Amino acid sequence: MKIVNKIYLDFNATSPILREVRDFVVPFYDSALNASSIHSFGRDARKILDDARADIAKSIGAEGADIIFTSSGTESNNLALKGFKDADYLVISAVEHPSVLKVADKMEATILPVDKNGVVNLKALEKILKNTKGKALVSVMLANNETGVVQPIKEISQLVLFYKGFIHCDAVQAFGKIPVDFSDLNVDMMTISAHKIGGLQGASALIVKKGLNINSQIIGGGQESGARAGTENVAAIAAFAKAAKLVEPQNSALIDYLEAEVKSFAKDAIIVGEEVERLPNTSCIILQGMLAETQLINFDLAGIAVSSGSACTSGKVGKSHVLLAQGYSAKQASEVVRVSIGKETTKQDIDAFLKVWKSNYEKASNTSKAA
Amino acid sequence: MTNANTNIKLPIYMDYQATTPLDPRVLEKMMPYFTEKFGNPHSSSHSYGWEAEDACEKGRVQVADLIGAHPKEIVFTSGATESNNLALKGLSGFYKDKKNHIITVATEHKCILDSCRYLERDDMEVTYLKVNEKGLIDLDELRAAITEKTLVVSVMAVNNEIGIIQPLKEIGAICRENKVFFHTDAAQAFGKIPLDVEEMNIDLMSISAHKIYGPKGVGALFVRRRPRVRLNPIITGGGQERGMRSGTLAPALVAGFGEAAEIAGRDMEADNIRIKSLRDKMYNEITSAVKDVFLNGDLEKGISGNLNLSFAYIEGESMLMAIRDLAVSSGSACTSASLEPSYVLRALGVGDDLAHTSIRFGIGRFTTEEEVNYAIKTVINSVEKLREMSPLWEMAQEGIDITKIEWAGH
Repeated sequence: MKIVNKIYLDFNATSPILREVRDFVVPFYDSALNASSIHSFGRDARKILDDARADIAKSIGAEGADIIFTSSGTESNNLALKGFKDADYLVISAVEHPSVLKVADKMEATILPVDKNGVVNLKALEKILKNTKGKALVSVMLANNETGVVQPIKEISQLVLFYKGFIHCDAVQAFGKIPVDFSDLNVDMMTISAHKIGGLQGASALIVKKGLNINSQIIGGGQESGARAGTENVAAIAAFAKAAKLVEPQNSALIDYLEAEVKSFAKDAIIVGEEVERLPNTSCIILQGMLAETQLINFDLAGIAVSSGSACTSGKVGKSHVLLAQGYSAKQASEVVRVSIGKETTKQDIDAFLKVWKSNYEKASNTSKAA
Repeated sequence: MTNANTNIKLPIYMDYQATTPLDPRVLEKMMPYFTEKFGNPHSSSHSYGWEAEDACEKGRVQVADLIGAHPKEIVFTSGATESNNLALKGLSGFYKDKKNHIITVATEHKCILDSCRYLERDDMEVTYLKVNEKGLIDLDELRAAITEKTLVVSVMAVNNEIGIIQPLKEIGAICRENKVFFHTDAAQAFGKIPLDVEEMNIDLMSISAHKIYGPKGVGALFVRRRPRVRLNPIITGGGQERGMRSGTLAPALVAGFGEAAEIAGRDMEADNIRIKSLRDKMYNEITSAVKDVFLNGDLEKGISGNLNLSFAYIEGESMLMAIRDLAVSSGSACTSASLEPSYVLRALGVGDDLAHTSIRFGIGRFTTEEEVNYAIKTVINSVEKLREMSPLWEMAQEGIDITKIEWAGH
């Protein structure tokens, strides 16, 4: 199948590898780098990892914190929630990534509700923290992968710290799109991932405040200061650091334009989280009367890659738990398309998207009139 | 650094058990996924996702083919350490109410032993089989250790330090006969010796890409479908890898893994003939030039690329310094930074002094005859020089039994 003029608008699923990163990483594949070996090849690998740790810490305001490298954001989130044993109970928001939700299921976590815009309810959080015995581990994402809605992490961390709890922040989607500063957000743990910032798939990090202890879920070999065993993916980690050094916040001009066009064309289109702070690259649009599957097929035929939410497993387009948590109906939650753009996205790309979106909208209106 | 006389690039890489350089043919297959084919393989709504998924599925077929498995039996992980953790903890998590006994071997990789110790704290019982002086387990001892509570027998295919190959087929038959799962850590065997999960009755197998000239950061666990083996996942989330291991798959890594497996399958015989002749040459020339050199393991029953030697009357660290032109390991890479005597060699009955002076020479696909010649010369010269300076060597030459010396306390 040949697709002409492919337009990629699914940066929240994964981002293309930056040219600078690719050029930088390929030479790392020329030698055998096992960071646990004591000979010079091993020492080279160790140095690459140490430098990468320092570069990543610097890029995210986490100097002095521990950087534990893992294979994916999912693994980092699992490690944070299961490996941190100094809390008595777990609280997560209702809109977290499946890698947090699934762990929380097993741990019988308290689920924090969100409002119509997808923002966590701080009063509800305070009530939980006040009325539950023991120390909480609260896990809230910095920005949602489906809607781009940004959570008030600073306020949450203040509250959590006041009640002597701990906070983990999944910053996988936020890092590289808005300024992210580990110290300023005052969190205890944070997850970031390479392939969302122009690095390679296969590298992620869990950043942990100095002094906190993480129990490894993969053991044997003692790598990553005992927090995560397994020969380090040196090349991907080096590339991760390179990409982290290159991150700069995006601006929202194209998304603002896209949303203004959608709104002026269709009064009943819903832009999820419109009233609150969101990532500058993400727009989550409900087109009432047309299933996401149908919309996606039309986009695909036009050579435009978008999605209906998170890139998941089954190939089925499920109903977004995020939208359901925000109080949207099951029907609305199945009519959503997510646009997520990158620095190389152009106005022409957005116009191409708008053309298909508008045609989708007209088809939906005609169908409903006919019915 | 290049040696003027030989044009050999120094140091010479002789640590193929720790990791291997990427085969250029593998990198070539990975490059498209670093460039235009960058999609998330779990993005189901567009062609970027589909082509990334295709890459992963092709890699899955290539990996499965090399061990006689069905592609659906391959669960990709981040490496053999994760696979080993998933196998033992995953099985125990699922079955421990019915069966709570694990049988493994004293010479397993650290991640197996550590997982076992972890599980012992979690109400599992573990039997650690002994090995003979060559590193092989006793099949009768294995048979005797199996009880009705035994869940799994976990025996590595090839030992990482001494290269000995365990009798997998016989172990598999015993396991099947007793209706016990058979897991093998095949990180050092996969792509180096023929493996067949059907013929060997293997139910779970851990493998890794970076030991076979593939990329780091990817491995797999073979999990048998019929009869079905079930696991509790360690990493949960999006439910990738049929729920057994969540997280975005890395298509570049999987494509590289697949290609590395395919090449290994194709070149295995030729590679092994060449590597074995280099190893034998190295062994013969070193042992005929210097005496009191001891082989750890067994040349016949060992893998071709591993030569583990102990040099008597020499201090291990001095030896490593003296042969620093050779990138070798004195034990498994994971533990060698600690400079403790190898627990594997101890299990073979090697004394602490000889265990301390053991060097593992790894020979692989890219080792040249010139490099081996250089290594032989370096080793012989270094041993002679170090022994000249060694009071122990002097005493031994005078007929004093070193082991009988009572050293004064410090």
